[in-house]
Amino acid sequence: MTTELLNVSMPELETRHLVKRFGGMQAISDCNLRIAGGSITGLIGPNGAGKSTVFSMISGFLRSDGGEIWFKGRRIDGLPAHRVARLGIIRTFQTPHELRELSVLENLMVVPRSQFGESLAGLLPFGGRRVRKEEHEIEERAIAVLRTVGLEHHAQHRAADLSGGQKKLLEIARCMMCNPKVALLDEPTAGVNPSLINDLMEVIRVLHNGGVTVVIIEHNMNVVMRLCGHVVVLDRGAVMCEGTPDSIQRDERVLAAYLGSPP
Amino acid sequence: MLDFLIAIVTFTAIYAMVSLGLNLQWGQAGLVNLGQVAFFATGAYTAAILTRANVPFLWAILAAAALAAVLGALVALITPHLREDYLAIVTLGFAELVRLILLNEKEIGNGPNGINAIPQPLHGVAGANYPLLFALLTLAALAAVFLFNERLRGAPLGRLLRAIRDDESVVASIGKSVLAFKVEAFSLGAAMAGAAGAFYAAYLTFIAPEMFTASVSIYVLVAVLIGKRGSNFGTLLGAVFVSILLEGSDFIKDYIPFGTGVQIAAFRIIVMGAVLMLVVLARYRTMVES
Ligand SMILES: Nc1ncnc2c1ncn2[C@@H]1O[C@H](COP(=O)(O)OP(=O)(O)OP(=O)(O)O)[C@@H](O)[C@H]1O
Ligand SMILES: [Mg+2]
Repeated sequence: MTTELLNVSMPELETRHLVKRFGGMQAISDCNLRIAGGSITGLIGPNGAGKSTVFSMISGFLRSDGGEIWFKGRRIDGLPAHRVARLGIIRTFQTPHELRELSVLENLMVVPRSQFGESLAGLLPFGGRRVRKEEHEIEERAIAVLRTVGLEHHAQHRAADLSGGQKKLLEIARCMMCNPKVALLDEPTAGVNPSLINDLMEVIRVLHNGGVTVVIIEHNMNVVMRLCGHVVVLDRGAVMCEGTPDSIQRDERVLAAYLGSPP
Repeated sequence: MLDFLIAIVTFTAIYAMVSLGLNLQWGQAGLVNLGQVAFFATGAYTAAILTRANVPFLWAILAAAALAAVLGALVALITPHLREDYLAIVTLGFAELVRLILLNEKEIGNGPNGINAIPQPLHGVAGANYPLLFALLTLAALAAVFLFNERLRGAPLGRLLRAIRDDESVVASIGKSVLAFKVEAFSLGAAMAGAAGAFYAAYLTFIAPEMFTASVSIYVLVAVLIGKRGSNFGTLLGAVFVSILLEGSDFIKDYIPFGTGVQIAAFRIIVMGAVLMLVVLARYRTMVES
């Protein structure tokens, strides 16, 4: 009882009265999200509801026009994106942002922070051995991550040459490589070959079982039903309803929102 | 003829150092810099003033590089988000500002008259062969800059700079400060131009603001653009091409029956402009195709 109360009153990640305007258009109005630590939460809603915009604000890529964002009892709105990421909140991009000219492997090898090889000292002659050792460790881990998403055979390919679906896998791989506390996955299955979707769900479960809180924007209701313990429906910039996947699926307002008719 | 060859090698080595600095900034990190001449001038004036005050040449080079690096960091920091379009304008404006300050501040370098009687390192050691010695010194410095750039390119740091060039939002999303790395890259590239300036001042023994106009920035831009983006070797070849075009046309004018010096000077600017346009057009096409 007490732990449940604690969970309810202290979500790991929370937005309060979040507001975002684009010019005259109110994209997000009074959005209140409460994400419990260790959960897999689905964020669904019709196109243009503002789901990606919420992710961008949480991750520091977009400045909100009002409201607050809290993570583990700390207010994080206003922090630049890289500082939010350092707290362990890692977002993926809806349209894949691969590092085009880098190899798939290098796309992951840039991830670890404070690499000695990325400092000027690492360029000095006596730094060589330490850098090689570090590189070796990072490469091993990167290959292990590529293996989990099934991209290991593409390690040496230029990231720009991957297919759309493979780029989405690379997005998830990069997120995993970051050792996140919270993973914000923006439509991870969109564009992925249907035969791979089961594997992809398994990857997300692996991430989750590693203790990561997962928030997932997803249009594929099948995926939402099977993966998420909690679902939040966003409509026209605000939370319309939330609950278990089953209760959401039965909610008539949700159906109406998706069909575009007034509730 | 040999004298001429030595002179052109020296000029090429100096231009190549400035160009390699730009290649680090633009080729690796994707930072536009249309004012590389400002850091070249900073280095030249710093070294000129210091060596005239009997500071050893080696220290003067380091000071020239350091001051250029600091100015480079400042320029990078005042440019909002170091965005490409802002950088183009800020660097262009900054270079003009530096030139105007040198032109109008009599205290720094005698205004338009410039600084003369700049001491040369190891002068008197080699006697009549001094130009050869100086060319070798300059080549040694170029080799150092080249090796540094190559090492950076192959290092995780180079990989990260190219990641920033490809998509800086990714680099932010993994928790790395894009700004810090951009400032570092810009500053390093400026330092290389600063060091080159020290050699330039010592080689000519005379410097004046008129030597540091925007056209110098364009020449090094052409040198970098000719090579494959990010390739240090390509930049080196580009610098050879540009300095042969620049210095070689002075040489040719004594041997060709037509054209006055002024006409040839105008001609080489036309050639430079045409090369720049061709390169940009070719680049644009490959960009559109990909
Ligand atoms: N940078 C921007 N500038 C202007 N308008 C924007 C911007 N980003 C999003 N919008 C608008 O804000 C609204 C919400 O967009 P958002 O991308 O968050 O929706 P979404 O719920 O993620 O939709 P989808 O399911 O299609 O991805 C849309 O109307 C969109 O056109
Ligand atoms: Mg979206």
